[in-house]
Amino acid sequence: MLTVNNLCASIEDKPILNGLSLEVKAGEVHAVMGPNGSGKSTLANVLAGRDQYEVTAGTVTFKGQDLLELEPEIRAREGLFLAFQYPVEIPGVSNVHMLKAALNAMRTHRGEKELDAVNFLKLVKQKAELVGMKQEFLYRAVNEGFSGGEKKRNEVLQMSLFEPTLSVLDETDSGLDIDALKIVAQGINSLRSPQRAMLVVTHYQRLLDYIAPDFVHVLAHGKIIRSGGKELAVELEEHGYGWIEEHACTA
Amino acid sequence: MNEQIDTEEHLESLTQREYKEGFVTDIDADTLPPGLDEGIIHTISTRKEEPQFLLDWRLSAYRNWLKMEEPEWPHLHYPKIDFQEISYFSAPKQKKLLDSLDEVDPKLLETYEKLGIPLDEQKALAGVKVAVDAVFDSVSVATTFKETLAEAGVIFCPLSEAVTDYPELVQKYLGSVVPPGDNYYAALNSAVYSEGSFVYVPKGVRCPMELSTYFRINAMNTGQFERTLIVADEDSYVSYLEGCTAPMRDENQLHAAVVELVAMKGAEIKYSTVQNWYPGDENGKGGIYNFVTKRGVCKGEGSKISWTQVETGSAITWKYPSVVLEGDSSVGEFYSVALTGNYQQADTGTKMVHVGKNARSTIISKGISAGHGQNSYRGLVKILKGAENARNYSQCDSLLMGDKCGAHTFPYIEVKNPDAVVEHEATTSKISEDQLFYCRQRGLSEEDAVSMIVNGFCKEVFKELPMEFAVEAQKLLSISLEGAVG
Repeated sequence: MLTVNNLCASIEDKPILNGLSLEVKAGEVHAVMGPNGSGKSTLANVLAGRDQYEVTAGTVTFKGQDLLELEPEIRAREGLFLAFQYPVEIPGVSNVHMLKAALNAMRTHRGEKELDAVNFLKLVKQKAELVGMKQEFLYRAVNEGFSGGEKKRNEVLQMSLFEPTLSVLDETDSGLDIDALKIVAQGINSLRSPQRAMLVVTHYQRLLDYIAPDFVHVLAHGKIIRSGGKELAVELEEHGYGWIEEHACTA
Repeated sequence: MNEQIDTEEHLESLTQREYKEGFVTDIDADTLPPGLDEGIIHTISTRKEEPQFLLDWRLSAYRNWLKMEEPEWPHLHYPKIDFQEISYFSAPKQKKLLDSLDEVDPKLLETYEKLGIPLDEQKALAGVKVAVDAVFDSVSVATTFKETLAEAGVIFCPLSEAVTDYPELVQKYLGSVVPPGDNYYAALNSAVYSEGSFVYVPKGVRCPMELSTYFRINAMNTGQFERTLIVADEDSYVSYLEGCTAPMRDENQLHAAVVELVAMKGAEIKYSTVQNWYPGDENGKGGIYNFVTKRGVCKGEGSKISWTQVETGSAITWKYPSVVLEGDSSVGEFYSVALTGNYQQADTGTKMVHVGKNARSTIISKGISAGHGQNSYRGLVKILKGAENARNYSQCDSLLMGDKCGAHTFPYIEVKNPDAVVEHEATTSKISEDQLFYCRQRGLSEEDAVSMIVNGFCKEVFKELPMEFAVEAQKLLSISLEGAVG
């Protein structure tokens, strides 16, 4: 589904990713871990197509297409979803309004009929319940005045509404208390299916207690220095990132 | 940073728009030669078969105007207007005194059809009921639902007709809120005004439908000078909508209107405008010069006047819909969205004058500047000595798109009574990259994202508009933000 090959990217001429390669197949959940500044968020943003990042080398193929050639909105409509680390506020635009416009843009792209207001509301309310979001949040302006946890929950709501082929979660667990973390994890788990894949970017191992990844990758200095199963996350938790960097050469 | 510049150029292209109402109706018109003197005023008055009092009123306004200076204080730049080059009257040729729409020139009906203004009552019946007075250049071509309104006792007709049918009402109220010598453009309007709408809602009547006037400039080198007079008698209610468009031309055309509102004890007038005069092209050529005086007086206790305006058109906008709060416990409101793109300039705002006790006023102004647009908010909150316990809340927000436009705020506050509570808040913001990217990551095109964010910014104002008008305003804003992208 997703093949990243020797990806190099920089921001303001400063190289961040230095030859990153990764293969994600349908049905798999990959966790990308690494210390601050290792390039985790850059990877997520480059995949989603954020302007500020310049891809200097490498290729990314998504569902057989050259992902880097696609505009951000086309990537989204093709089924690539980014759960933001810092979801922005959009004053005056109600959550339901934006969600409906977004879902219908995706449906139109796939040649499906747009959902009308009634059917959309039914669907979104059902999804809100699933992620434990109070209905009033649907009618509030997008993320405006939401707490950190509510914003993240809103991201998970969107993910569960759009049912993306590939979900990239950029530190969705940061800033969450344990209850919120469980709900986020539940949302993620409910989306797992043989057709879908997930790339979970995280700094801490604790999210991985609730979503068992198929693969764990450790990122340092803009490349993957070690890959393994979920036991790698546990090892990492015990020894810290310093340990793995030291042992990177031997891995 | 290159990306930054690209984005800004991109935003600019997004804000250049096509003007869809820019067509010209090819129709035989009876147009007076350009120029202004007492002879022209006599001619206008004779054409409209006006009583002597009105001719005298016009002439005195004209003599006043000659002594006045064009105001130079607005934050607007444009070449001096040559008032002798303008024609002050133009009417499509048609049979006089139309009994029904069947007698209206089909070309005119077609024009309004194209603009989406239903003049056919049968057609309108199927949808939302709005009574329309259609003003084409200097004359009213049709007024719909007159009979339905008459049953409720509501008078809704062209001002020229009101002069004949209800002279005592017109004489009593015309110029009572905006006197002929009020300001330069109001004086000019009083001298040469040719048409407009008249509304009278009797005591205790809630007007059964929205009233609307649609102004269309068609003739070349012609100014439009209309006057609207709305009187809401005690405990009555009326909601009034005003729309306007004009053809695309390289020359600037002048529009100088006057609107007067009178709300008696317990009455409420809601006045909404969607102003979409031709704004000029992307190089700033052409467009309407819009110099308008709008004022309402809350005469009686507990009366309320609410102005809502969405200003997307005109090359130049000079307009300050105001409320004089004479009655105790009266309420004045001003909600405004002003968009200036390309080389458009707007100097707009309001005046809230507190005279009576316990009166409240609210000002919400949203300015959006794009391209080379210059957007100024100018507002006066004046609390007179006797205005005990006055309350005002003002909020002025500006949104900038690109780095060649400007937003300016000129708030004036004069408080003569120590009880007054006057609050003023102002913000300036830009559409952030983060917001745009967030929306695009959710599958929305950049155009739709910009339009959604801007509409969100204007929400507090749009929610004050009647439903169908709010939809139109949102669409208009989206069109105004539409560009080469896509």
